[in-house]
Parts: sequence; C-alpha cells; structure tokens
Amino acid sequence: MATRLSRGGGRARPAGSGGFELFSWYFFRISGLALVFLAVFHVIIMHVINTVDEIDHAFVVDRWSSPFWQIYDFLLLTLALLHGVNGARVSIDDYFRSSSWRLAAYSALSLITLVFLVMGALAIVTFDPSQFEAVAGR
Amino acid sequence: MTIGNIYRGREGMVSWALHRITGLGVLLFLLIHIADIYIVRYGAEAFDDLLIIYKGLPFRILEIGLVASVYFHAINGLRVIIIDFWDGAVDRQRELFWAVVVLFTVMFVPTAILMLIAAFD
Repeated sequence: MATRLSRGGGRARPAGSGGFELFSWYFFRISGLALVFLAVFHVIIMHVINTVDEIDHAFVVDRWSSPFWQIYDFLLLTLALLHGVNGARVSIDDYFRSSSWRLAAYSALSLITLVFLVMGALAIVTFDPSQFEAVAGR
Repeated sequence: MTIGNIYRGREGMVSWALHRITGLGVLLFLLIHIADIYIVRYGAEAFDDLLIIYKGLPFRILEIGLVASVYFHAINGLRVIIIDFWDGAVDRQRELFWAVVVLFTVMFVPTAILMLIAAFD
C-alpha cells in the first residue's frame, strides 16, 4: 500500500484504517479546531481585555464561581495539554534517534502529562468558591 | 517513507518551523500555568504573592510573545487543517501562507499595542 506524501499541510495522514497514529492524527486536528476558539478567547479575555494588573485570587474565585467558566477552563486544560503533549511526542520521534533516549523521553513526558493533568483537573474540579467568598468580598 | 514538509523549503518550511517552536513554547507555559493555578486553593495571600512574578516588565514582554505564539499556532493550524482536508487547497499553498501572515498581523498588531500600553502604564 502506497503511503501518502505530505501535501504541505500537516504531516501525512497515517496509512491504514485504525491504530494509535491515525487516532492521534485526527485528535490533533479536532482538538486543534476546538482550541482555536477556546485558547484564543481565553488569551484575549485574560491577557488583552483583562491584564495581569487586574487578575488576582479574587478574580479567579469570581470566575470559577460560574459553572460555565469551570467547564470552559476544564475543556481548555485537557484539550490543550493533550494536544501539546501529543506535539511533544511527535517532536521526540523527530529528535531522539537512539531507542534508549527515546524511551527515557517518552517516560518523562508520560509522567509530566499525568502529574500536570491531575494537578490541573484538581485545581478546577475541587475548587470550592464558598471557601473564599467571605475573603474575596466582591 | 513519508516526506514531512520540512523538506519542501520556502513557505512550507518557515510555517512548519514556526508551528513547532510556538507549539512547544505554549506547552512550556501551559505547564507553568497549571502549577500557578494549582496554588489558588492555598488562598489569596499565597496566590497573589506568586502572581508578582507575572507583573514585572520582563514577563510582560514574554507574555506578548506568548500571545503571538497562540495566535500564530491557531491561525497556521487552520491552514494545516484546510490543506489536509480540502484537495483544492493543495494548489493554493502560497495564497494560504500569505492569508496566515495577513490574519496574524491584523490580530496581533492591535493586541500588541494594547498590551504594551498596559505594560508601560
């Protein structure tokens, strides 16, 4: 079966009708499309409309008191992290030629992904605004 | 054997390199950002003390680079998706590349002006 050459867009779609690489290829594009909206609006809201001058603990408490922003941020966290880590995985394939170094890099990346995914999810899901409302007072 | 567009030279190579650099850069910031947002649970004092790092001028310049990276990666990513799924786009590579440059400029220039005004205010 002939493999498709890159058309000048992304890397060539992996041959075959299944497997992790094909799933990864589609995941990149579908999550990417969602992130165009999620990440760009997040950046505009948090770095242009508001700036680091306005953002503080009370600001986050206020924002995460709304289920809408909790769900928005949870989607942004998971899609951005998995999209980014998938990119790092492809980069490892490109730059690490020796199999032992590649295994070390994969292991480190897997551990980082797990730790940061859990940390991020905990930060959003277990956030309790009532714990801070009295302090925030806005 | 597949040939990535790193070998294609010209516009394709520039886009490919920028897409990878901006992607890995944004990922690095995302990891830092997950660590800082985790501190929210420890209360206002701990979190606000940490945010002082982000309020200094060096970070605010880096922050403009972060926003530029997100914009470019998003717009160029749309170009990649269009070429991957629409056969007609393959013959219009150059036009699509310049569309990315124009759209990025239209979004980034006002953003950078607003961020610079806020940073030096």
